[in-house]
Amino acid sequence: MAQVVPANQKWWAGGRSPFNVEYGKLMMWYFLMSDAFTFGAFLISYGTIRFSSNSWPDPNFVFRSFPGIGEMNIPLAFVSLMTFILIMSSVTMVLAVAAGHSKDRKGVIKWMLWTIVGGIAFLGCQAWEWTHLYHQGAWWGSNPFPNIDGTPSTTNFTNFFFTITGFHGFHVFSGVVINIIMLIMTMRGVFDRRGHYLMIEKAGLYWHFVDLVWVFVFTCFYLL
Amino acid sequence: MEKMHTTGGAAAHAEEHSFDKKAIWRTFWILLIITVVELALAILEFETGFPPKFILNGIFAILTLAKAFYIIAEFMHLRHEIKNMIMTIALPALLFIWFIIAFLWDGDSYKNLRNRYDRYHKESTQPQKAPDGKETQKPGELH
Repeated sequence: MAQVVPANQKWWAGGRSPFNVEYGKLMMWYFLMSDAFTFGAFLISYGTIRFSSNSWPDPNFVFRSFPGIGEMNIPLAFVSLMTFILIMSSVTMVLAVAAGHSKDRKGVIKWMLWTIVGGIAFLGCQAWEWTHLYHQGAWWGSNPFPNIDGTPSTTNFTNFFFTITGFHGFHVFSGVVINIIMLIMTMRGVFDRRGHYLMIEKAGLYWHFVDLVWVFVFTCFYLL
Repeated sequence: MEKMHTTGGAAAHAEEHSFDKKAIWRTFWILLIITVVELALAILEFETGFPPKFILNGIFAILTLAKAFYIIAEFMHLRHEIKNMIMTIALPALLFIWFIIAFLWDGDSYKNLRNRYDRYHKESTQPQKAPDGKETQKPGELH
């Protein structure tokens, strides 16, 4: 449901943003667009290689560990925890944006803090997962996991896994850094002096995009 | 310069739609439930072999798109922007339809061509059959 606007509204007559959003926010959308195609290219090349292979490792077998309980046969449990953390931090980010809308500085600070905590927790989980896989012998150029039909596998699986989750993890990391900068700016009252909290919205768009990409990474690597 | 500042301010105020806390939490529950359903299906398939993998993959693709829709529409607030703005994001994204179909098709075609013309590749990447017709290696046995 798009915004309700008067029928005779002249969006392109000049003097205002024809898309009814602030310039920086619009450019953030276009940046995310291009970033979506970068991630899309990665994931689709992964798909192409997987479609061109006679067999592929079984994610239920590869991702079956959980910290503290070790090699239990609980497929996907740990990655669901990571997914939950990221969805939760997306929610706290929207709440920060909503608080910014009503110029509630305390609210913004509280929800930004929670968002940063969520981001760091996600990165921690990913660090554990990578370390665990590394100790099992998986890395770029090395794949200890056999294909699901028992045939020897190539290193395509691990190469794509570490490249794509690494690229995503780097986005999470930069998102956390951006959020920390926004938190400091909020605490110093920059946005109150400016009169609006649009910067929080732009950081929010980036953070939700990171969550969005994870939805696809999760499906492509862990479910399919 | 002064003109641009007032314009930016007007745009900021023009976004009348305020964030509805109820809608945020409803979106959260939808995302969480979809994820739980995905996991339940994945584990069900892992334990029982049902539903068949190709049907399951279709279900996963649909559920993933549903999650993507809710994140973009509600969390990123795109649903509440004006239509022209939505279209500049939505129309270029349609390229993904061609992008995905073309490249997955290409990968599949490469697999088929290679299996047909490279017998060594085909034999070395397919399960070895023992004389009694059983596979000599089972996935669980390696390791």
